Amino acid sequence: MEALIELVQFIVQNLINALQRGSFYAVISIGYSMVYGVLMLFNFAHGDIFMVATYIGFGIATLFLALFAGILPGPLIFLATIVITMFLASWIGVFVEVAGYRPLRSAPRASAAITGLMIGIIFETSILIMLGAKRLSFPPLMESIAYNVGGIYFTNVKVMIIIISLLLMIALHTFIQKTKWGMAMRAMSYDFLAVPLMGVSINVIAPLTFAVGAGLAAVAGILYGQAYPILDPYMGVIIGWKAFVAAILGGRGSIKGAALAGYLLGFIEIFVATIFPSTLRDLIAYSIILLILTYRPRGFFGMEHSTKLRL
Amino acid sequence: MKKITCLVLVSFAFAMVFSTSAFSARKTIIKIGINAPMTGDIPKVGEGSKYAALLWLEDIEEAGGLEVGGKKYEVELVIEDNESKAESAVKANTKMITQDDVLAIVGPQSSKQAVPAGEVANKYKTVMISPWSTNPNTTLDRPYVFRGCFLDPFQGPVVANFITEEFSFTKAAVLYDVASDYPKGLAEVFKEAWEKKHGAGSVVAYQSFTTKDTDFSSQLTQIVKSGAQVLFTPQYYNEVPLIVRQAKDLGWKGPIVGSDSWGSAETVELCGEACYGLYFSSHYAAAGAKGATKAFIDRYNETYGYIPDDVAALTWDALRLAQQAIQDAGKITGKIEKDRTAVRNSLAKIKNFAGITGNMTFTEEGDPVKCAVIVKINDSGEYEFYKSSCP
Repeated sequence: MEALIELVQFIVQNLINALQRGSFYAVISIGYSMVYGVLMLFNFAHGDIFMVATYIGFGIATLFLALFAGILPGPLIFLATIVITMFLASWIGVFVEVAGYRPLRSAPRASAAITGLMIGIIFETSILIMLGAKRLSFPPLMESIAYNVGGIYFTNVKVMIIIISLLLMIALHTFIQKTKWGMAMRAMSYDFLAVPLMGVSINVIAPLTFAVGAGLAAVAGILYGQAYPILDPYMGVIIGWKAFVAAILGGRGSIKGAALAGYLLGFIEIFVATIFPSTLRDLIAYSIILLILTYRPRGFFGMEHSTKLRL
Repeated sequence: MKKITCLVLVSFAFAMVFSTSAFSARKTIIKIGINAPMTGDIPKVGEGSKYAALLWLEDIEEAGGLEVGGKKYEVELVIEDNESKAESAVKANTKMITQDDVLAIVGPQSSKQAVPAGEVANKYKTVMISPWSTNPNTTLDRPYVFRGCFLDPFQGPVVANFITEEFSFTKAAVLYDVASDYPKGLAEVFKEAWEKKHGAGSVVAYQSFTTKDTDFSSQLTQIVKSGAQVLFTPQYYNEVPLIVRQAKDLGWKGPIVGSDSWGSAETVELCGEACYGLYFSSHYAAAGAKGATKAFIDRYNETYGYIPDDVAALTWDALRLAQQAIQDAGKITGKIEKDRTAVRNSLAKIKNFAGITGNMTFTEEGDPVKCAVIVKINDSGEYEFYKSSCP
């Protein structure tokens, strides 16, 4: 009996760990998926947009804490940091679209993919030149309090990360499904040749999509800074790859799918590292994903025709 | 017209070739290479190495050059960034040896780079002194490679003994990066030393992760569950804060002990109060130092505005060892291969060298016999001397 309780505790504990990790993958992979939906290209700079957004969040958070700590309530500072960082970061997204991808819209897709990688490298080295190679420590925006409920440990920060991520995804879903802009995006992803003829300009929808993606990455960045408070210029690379994999697995262009796949990837990673030596983590995690994609190439919720289109 | 341009270019090329060779014949400059991680995962380590080297150069320049056999030579530092990567460290060493004609190399600092880079230095018969690399393979069977610090087979038992004596614990957990030479080597040595003391199976959790991981929750959950009393994690300053905080969030109550890689000036800055009260083994403790060590610390602090970490102190010692060896060699012939071998031979003969991190005499392998100290991070975040342990 006691062993059973212990096992349940262990599993629930890892579930919470996985939920936190998965939240980051989910929120970031939505950015990949949305851009793919509208423009049929993978924005490989997205991981580095996430990195830049985290640095912007770091700057805003440090500034606000220096100015308003003790004057304004903590949650308000937190909220203000998120909103302002989202706003600033979305301009980064717009910039990437306008400067990087727009001139290449009729070029082969490979050119756009290479451009994305290059933009990422430009972001990494710019941060390196501007701030140096020094690690930065993201200031805590809320005091971390650890709870122990029936042998399961979690902190208020962890709970907050999971809740904010879920709220964000619900908000985005509503935006896509219920608003006119959202409808335009969906229409664009259905047929990006016919829709512009109906008076919906791709030069408005594309930057908007990038802006939303970058805004999501900004929230992910601030939350990431709360969970793993060490920033470095290359932090976006690996998490970007993984979010990209989640976007593919979820079905290209599907937000629901990207979110679900992000969480799934988090679960697989955490549980594989629990059962097997951690060196096998990525091997097993990606083998599972490869297997899923072999039998379902369009991912969980990808549209049937999307596999036939060029990458 | 084209012919004339060609002719001009060729004559320019000739002029350049002859002028440089004439220049080097007139004046021999002693070049010392520094192979350090200026960017990458641990840039603070590179910064400390560079700053210590610049202070050393300042001393040499003040004296009007390095005196060898009654003649003063100008000294130049060649500082190369190895990006904290093994392949870049190898490239940097090759470049410094074959293109810059350095007489000796100080660095690389971490074993991950020092082990492969040592191979290159030894192949080209150039003295390399790694100030900070504690993995035995760095100097093993390489007559031209030396180091400025103790080794992991010594450090591992020191930590195991300290934990046993200080807390009387019998169950330990280890969390380490399996993809990096230093943590992997030290984790193995520690496990062996601990199990020798407390019996097989007394390391109740032996968990690994891979470089650049930031989430250790599944490993730490297992460590907490395993009933370990102490956690040993020989990681670098960019990982220690994450490990310590995540462990506490997952309900870890016991002490967390580290190794000399914790000694960077940035560990406490990034980790904050979460790291106060923790212990690690190191090469020297800045708080409460005396004599030449204190003089170095004060000078460094005055120039750069922070207390030097162990890497800076060891780099200083390594450069002074190189200086001593060059001076002991007696003369600079200007023939670089011959001079390099002469420096190697005199370095191997150095006895009781008084470094700021302790006295050093090299063994056959090029490893010094040195004491280790246990440092406590005190309540104001300083590295305080707690205990010392000698071979």
